[in-house]
Amino acid sequence: MSTVLDVKGISRNFGGLKAVDDVAFILNNGDVAALIGPNGAGKTTCFNLLSGALSVNAGTVLFGGHDITRWQPHQRARAGIGRTFQIAATFRSMTAIENVEAALMAAGMNTDTAEKLLEDVGMSAMTAAPVTTLAYGDVKRVELAMALASEPALLLLDEPTAGMAAEERHRIMQRISDLVRARGITVLFTEHDMDAVFGYASRILAMDQGRLIADDTPDAVRNDARVQRVYLGAPEDGDA
Amino acid sequence: MGFYFAQFLTGLASASSLFLVAAGLSIIFGVTRIVNFAHGSLFMLGAFIAYSISQQFGFWVAVPLAALSVGAIGWVMERTVLSRLYGAPELFQLVATFGLVLIVQDAALWIWGPTDLLGPRAPGLTGVVRIFDQPVPEYDLFLITVGFSVLGAIWWMFTRTRFGILVRAATEDREMLQALGVRPARLFQATFFIGAALAGLGGALEMPRQPVSLLMDLNIIAEAFVVVVIGGMGSVTGAFLAALLIAELNAFGILILPEITLVAAFAAMAVVLVIRPYGLLGKQATTAPHAVEIQPPQTLGEAGRLAAAVLVAALFVLPIIAGDFVIVLTADIMIFALFAAGLHFMMGTGGLVSFGHAAFFGIGAYAAALLVERAGIGMEAALILAPVAAAIGAAIIGWFAVRLSGVYLAMLTLAAAQILWSASVQWQDITGGDDGILGIWPAAWASGTTAYYYLTLALTTVGIVSLMMLASGRFGILLRAGRDAPARAQALGIDIKLRNWAAIVIAGSAAGLAGGIFAFSKGSVFPDTLAIPNSVDALVMVLLGGLHAPAGPILGASVFALLEDSLSRLPYWRALLGTAVVGIAVFAPGGIAGSLSGWLKRRRERSA
Repeated sequence: MSTVLDVKGISRNFGGLKAVDDVAFILNNGDVAALIGPNGAGKTTCFNLLSGALSVNAGTVLFGGHDITRWQPHQRARAGIGRTFQIAATFRSMTAIENVEAALMAAGMNTDTAEKLLEDVGMSAMTAAPVTTLAYGDVKRVELAMALASEPALLLLDEPTAGMAAEERHRIMQRISDLVRARGITVLFTEHDMDAVFGYASRILAMDQGRLIADDTPDAVRNDARVQRVYLGAPEDGDA
Repeated sequence: MGFYFAQFLTGLASASSLFLVAAGLSIIFGVTRIVNFAHGSLFMLGAFIAYSISQQFGFWVAVPLAALSVGAIGWVMERTVLSRLYGAPELFQLVATFGLVLIVQDAALWIWGPTDLLGPRAPGLTGVVRIFDQPVPEYDLFLITVGFSVLGAIWWMFTRTRFGILVRAATEDREMLQALGVRPARLFQATFFIGAALAGLGGALEMPRQPVSLLMDLNIIAEAFVVVVIGGMGSVTGAFLAALLIAELNAFGILILPEITLVAAFAAMAVVLVIRPYGLLGKQATTAPHAVEIQPPQTLGEAGRLAAAVLVAALFVLPIIAGDFVIVLTADIMIFALFAAGLHFMMGTGGLVSFGHAAFFGIGAYAAALLVERAGIGMEAALILAPVAAAIGAAIIGWFAVRLSGVYLAMLTLAAAQILWSASVQWQDITGGDDGILGIWPAAWASGTTAYYYLTLALTTVGIVSLMMLASGRFGILLRAGRDAPARAQALGIDIKLRNWAAIVIAGSAAGLAGGIFAFSKGSVFPDTLAIPNSVDALVMVLLGGLHAPAGPILGASVFALLEDSLSRLPYWRALLGTAVVGIAVFAPGGIAGSLSGWLKRRRERSA
C-alpha cells in the first residue's frame, strides 16, 4: 500500500496557544480516516495546515513523496488535495452546475462531466438552481461535487454532515463512502457525529489539546483509555 | 546637527497636522467601517470656518469653534447620508462620501468664493526659538504639542472612559453590544462628531501655515489615506507613527531631491504593506464586508445582443446624420465607456475596487503624448504602446494591490494615482506640469472629426467586446469564483492573486487604450487625466450603469456624459452631480440597468 500523505511533527501556535502540537501520521492509499476530538482539539487547524490555508510553525508535510510544507493552497489543490469546509463554501453568484463547472475549469478539465458529478452526489434534480436558494445539506453536496471535480488523490472533508438531520447524515456519508471507494480516493474527515465516524472510517485519529492521542482501527480507538477519558471524562476529573 | 534637528522638528509639526486628520479618519473607520472620502472636505471646512470666525473673534477663539462646528457638520453627514449605508458594500459607501466631497466643494465655493484666503497667524506664536542655533517657528512647536496631546487624549478616551470602552466593543461586535442594551447608533454619531471635529481642528490649525483654498480637501485626503493605510485602519497610534514616518520622509527627502517625496510616500506604503498587509498596527477584519455586492451577473441575452448590434450600426451611421458637436460628444462617450468597462470588469467580476483607475487612463494618455512629442513616433504605434505602458503601470501597482482587499486596495490605488498626478504636475521638464503636453494630433488619415470618430468606434468596440467576452468566459468565471469565495477558489487550485493581478493589468490596459485615444482626440494631455475626479467619474459611470450588467459601462458613460454636459452649464453643477451620486448610492444601488431589470421583472411577475 503506497503512502499518500506523510505528516511529520507539524505544529501551529496562536500566540501562546499550541493549537496543533507535534502531530505526525501517515495516510495510505485507500484509507478513509476520521480525525476526531472535542471542540478546540485542533482538528480544523490541522486540516488548514494540510490544505495550506495556514502555515506550520514546525514540521513537514509530504504528499505523494513531495515536500508540500511551504506550498500555497492552490498549489496543493493542483497537486491532488481536494477539500470541503466546515461551513460549506460555494460561489454564491452561480448556480449548482456553474459551481461544478468552475471547479472543473479550475482543474483544467472538460466541463461536460459537471452534470454527472452532481448526479453522483444526488443533486441531478437541482442543477440549474442558484446555490443561494438551496437547503444547507444540498449546498454541502454541491461542495462535495466541486471537491471531487479535480479527481483528487486525497480528500479532506471538514465535518461533512454538520448541520444535517440524522437521516441525511447517514445518506451523505454512505454516498461519500461509495464515491471514494469507487474512485480510489484517500479520505481524511473530521466529524462530531460518532455514528458517522465509527460507521464509515477504516481508521481513526484522535486529537486532544492539539496533540494526536490515538491512531488506530475504530475498535482499538473505541477501547483506548485516553480517548475514553477525553470523551467521557476521567474519574479524577470529578465528572465521571 | 542643529539643521537636521530643526528639520526633524519641521517634520514633526507636519506629522501632528497630518495626524489630526488621519486620526479622525481612522477612528471613524474603526467604529463604522466607513472610509470617509469627505474627511478631506471636513478638514477644508475647518480651515474656512476658522478663517471666517477669526475675522471677528481672533485666532484662538476661531480654532476651537471651527472644530466644534465641523464636528456638528460631520454629525449631520452621518445622520442624513452615511447612516443609511451601514452594511452596504464598501464601494457604495466610498462613492456616496465622494458625492459629499462634490457638494461640500461647491458649498465652500458659494460661501467663500474661489480666491485663496490668507488666515491670521497665531497671536503669541509668531516668532522663532533657536534650538542648536537654528530658528524653529514657535507655531511648529505648538503643533507638535497639540499632536502629542491629542494622541494622549484619544488614548485616554478609548482606554479609560466608559464611552471609549463601548466604542471599542462596537468595533468588535455590534450585535452583542445591542443585545447588552447599548444603542450603537448613538456611538456612531458621537464617533463621527469626534472624527469630524479632529479634521476640523487640523484644518483650522493649518491657517497660519498655508492659504485656505478649495484644493485643501483632495490634497489632504490622499495623504491621509496613505497614513491610515500605513498605520493600519482603525489604529490611532498606527496613524501617529505613519504620519511621523511620512512627514519625516518628506522633511528629509526634500533636502535630497524635491520630487523624491512623492515616490517616498508610495514606496513607504508599498514596503509596509508587503511586510504587514494590514498596516503597522492594523488587524485583519474577521468579518470583512465584500467590496461589492455578490450577485449573479446579468447576461446580455438574445435581445441584448440584438440591441448591441443595433447600437453599433447606429454609431456607424451617426456621422452621416449628425453634426460635429454630436460626433465629438459621442466619441467622448465611447472613450469613457471603454475606460469604465475596464473598471467594471475588475470591480464587477473580480470584486477589486479601484479608486485610482485614472492612473491607468493617465498613463495611457501621457505615454501616447510623450511618444509622439518626445520620441517622434506615429499615432498608430503610440496607440499600441499606450495600453502597453498602462499595463506595465497596472502590473506595478497591481503587484501591491493584490496583496490587499476591500478598502485597503481602493486606498492604495487612489494613493498611487494621486502620486502619479503629483508627478505629472511637478515633473515639468517631462510632462509640462500644469501646462500639459500640447499638439498631440492624429495621423493625417485620421485627422478629420469623422475619421477619428470611426477609429475611436473601432478601437473602443474591440476593447469593450473583448472585456465582455473575458468576463463571461473561463477567465471571468474563475475571477468571479475568487471574488465569491476566496478560500474555496484556492482549494480548487485557482491562484487568486495571479488572476486578480491579471484582471488589474487587463483593466489597466483598457483604460490606457482609452487614455491614448483621448489624447489624440483632444490634441493635448493635462494632469487632470490622472486626478481623483477622473477616477471617481469612472466609478460613477460604473455605478450609474449597473455593476452587474454587461451594458453597465456603456449606459453609465452615456448618461454620465450627457448629464455632465448639461449640468456643467449650470452654476454649482458639482453639487448637483454630488447629490445625484449620493442619491444613486443610497436609493438605486443597482444602477440604471439594475433598476430597469428589476422594474421589468416586477412587471412580468404582475402580468403573470
